[in-house]
Amino acid sequence: MHSYRLTHLKELESESMHILREVASQFDNPALLFSGGKDSILCFHLARKAFFPAKVPFPLLHVDTGHNFSETIEFRDKLVEKYGAKLMVGSVQKSIDEGKVQEETGFHASRNKLQINTLLEAIESNKIDCAIGGARRDEEKARAKERVFSHRDEFGQWDPKNQRAELWNLYNGRKRPGEHFRAFPISNWTEMDVWQYILLENIEIPNIYFSHEREVFERDGVLYANSPFMHLKPTEKPFMKRVRFRTIGDMSCTGAVDSPASTLEEIIAEVASTRTTERGSRMDDKRSEAAMEDRKKEGYF
Amino acid sequence: MMTKEHHGYLDMDLLRFTTAGSVDDGKSTLIGRLLYDSRAIFDDQMEAVEQASSKRGNGDVDLSLLTDGLRAEREQGITIDVAYRYFATPKRKFIIADTPGHIQYTRNMVTGASTANLAIILVDARKGIQEQTNRHAFIASLLGIPHVVFCINKMDLVDYDEAVFQKIKSDLEDFSSKLEARDLNFIPISALKGDNVVHRSTKMDWYQGSTLMYLLENIHIAGDLNHIDRRLPVQHVIRPMTDEWHDFRGFAGQISGGIFRKGETVQVLPSGFQSTIKSIHIGEHEVEEAFAPQSIVVTLNDEIDISRGDMLVSPNNLPQSSQDIDVMLCWLNDRPLQPNGKYTVKHTTREARCMVKEVTYKMDINSLRRYEEDRTIGMNDIGRVLLRTTVPLHFDNYARNRHTGSLILIDEATNETVAAGMIV
Ligand SMILES: Nc1nc2c(ncn2[C@@H]2O[C@H](COP(=O)(O)OP(=O)(O)O)[C@@H](O)[C@H]2O)c(=O)[nH]1
Repeated sequence: MHSYRLTHLKELESESMHILREVASQFDNPALLFSGGKDSILCFHLARKAFFPAKVPFPLLHVDTGHNFSETIEFRDKLVEKYGAKLMVGSVQKSIDEGKVQEETGFHASRNKLQINTLLEAIESNKIDCAIGGARRDEEKARAKERVFSHRDEFGQWDPKNQRAELWNLYNGRKRPGEHFRAFPISNWTEMDVWQYILLENIEIPNIYFSHEREVFERDGVLYANSPFMHLKPTEKPFMKRVRFRTIGDMSCTGAVDSPASTLEEIIAEVASTRTTERGSRMDDKRSEAAMEDRKKEGYF
Repeated sequence: MMTKEHHGYLDMDLLRFTTAGSVDDGKSTLIGRLLYDSRAIFDDQMEAVEQASSKRGNGDVDLSLLTDGLRAEREQGITIDVAYRYFATPKRKFIIADTPGHIQYTRNMVTGASTANLAIILVDARKGIQEQTNRHAFIASLLGIPHVVFCINKMDLVDYDEAVFQKIKSDLEDFSSKLEARDLNFIPISALKGDNVVHRSTKMDWYQGSTLMYLLENIHIAGDLNHIDRRLPVQHVIRPMTDEWHDFRGFAGQISGGIFRKGETVQVLPSGFQSTIKSIHIGEHEVEEAFAPQSIVVTLNDEIDISRGDMLVSPNNLPQSSQDIDVMLCWLNDRPLQPNGKYTVKHTTREARCMVKEVTYKMDINSLRRYEEDRTIGMNDIGRVLLRTTVPLHFDNYARNRHTGSLILIDEATNETVAAGMIV
């Protein structure tokens, strides 16, 4: 007899498809936050599955810090073309030029924090009532408590003390005018689940996830890609190295890992044996123990 | 080259469990130990915990710090919400819904329990059954958690004495006989020292049962889902309207019970029309059959008007359909239930309005006594309530199906989720 049992990846897939369909049904104008990183690529893949043979019924929204890896942008544009998706871009550079935010200065300057403003502006000007994000609860302690449907007040803020109860697979997306939601369809996936699923489903990802030769420099024990956006201290000397990226964010705060892994299988083996979290290579979270929580309250993904 | 190890994940399944216990029974230590011994803790997390421990002046590294989340909670040193944790072994992926144990957090416990296959309830070996233990067992049974594991913790503090364990076990069995508990398990452990958590204890030869980790990895969960009563709540109607898929009209949803097979007859509720299944899709793939909890798209051989909130079922096995709903309600909000109050009810993909017709009784969840005198239902209270809905709901008893038997109430003024209901 057939055993009616799903593997963990198929059960997660099914849960995520259910959440994406709830979003499409409960909101008038949702958008998928798309960074070009593997988690947002996964969300898009799951959305294609959820609505097939119809097209994904919402646009992609990219908050562009202007400090992207060029590979990410190429990948984004190819994907949009291949699937006929609609792309909206919110530009941090534009927010800076318009004087809405101020560029950080100094060696640790990053545009990561500035994204919040641009994101909230894009949400407001496009009247987006639900921004779908690829955040996972295993990434960071503050995320461990976030709901799948996460309510934001009219200032875009998250109140961790006053979250709605979320039970079974029933999601409450009711809101007042001016308020909006974030929805996190891959909340229950871990980094390992994501990689295994990418392999299982043969999902295309930007090539900078795989080992490649690149000019890097070292700062505080972390390797960073050398780029025009980085201000090197006199003691920091760029050199060539085989590296890959475990996450893809703003170039100014995404560390590279010294890795020979050039296939998905090798990445999975590497993830299985690494002893630091993905976010361990991101400068933005290191600032303080509660760094992520602070940024989330203000409206970070 | 691909080794078997790399493919191992293709054969893993998923177990969701909750943990409950009174303060200081060792819940955080136990979770910390499960994560640590299964290597789910990364060096930078461990570093952060070591730093935080030394900032607080704790001598040892406090494994319990791994599991508490938000800053306010860190400052108060208690967990106040539901936090989700993840770890995996080569056999299974685990999701822990970590909830606090105090009576004022009953709502969090109920939330965590709603999706769990298994509940771990901690008991301090020195103290035995406490009022809270009963409450946790009751909530596990009310929320229909199929498997319960009582961990008798801190065995190291009672000299690993078998008599202590047996006494608590028999007390728990007595109490549980009053509940609709299903699969009960009892394990003597020391979360601090690691006895019988991941590794078998060398101090308790008298215990022949499995370690907690062995049980978590091997307990049979495929039978927890309902594969008998065919139910597909329609979530979304898919109409591509492209040249290639011109006439395609698919009904998308997550199966809440039974098995759907191509060619079989389904009945649509509430309309009552019948048709046969033309095709079943999961993404780009067509499949012959599908089962809970798969998210699928179904097309039918006849053109029937179907929309979100309808349900596809087997004509030989219909759910109940009624506007009068008898539920056990757990109240989740500061504002108490309003007698004769009106709320929005969400049941499967269906939304309706409802009125509270009657509070039949309120439950004392420590003693399991029913109060018919005091029927005010406030935050964290549990009571039996009759609702009258504006349109019929199509449901099964919660005990038969957790998805077609559950609902939530939403306050129409604040939009908050104010109650969780299990249909009796
Ligand atoms: N001796 C002993 N102490 C334990 C054991 N488990 C937990 N503890 C201690 O009991 C105290 C409370 O534990 P904690 O995990 O914070 O309890 P929680 O409030 O249930 O999360 C801490 O000091 C732990 O070190 C055990 O098995 N044996």
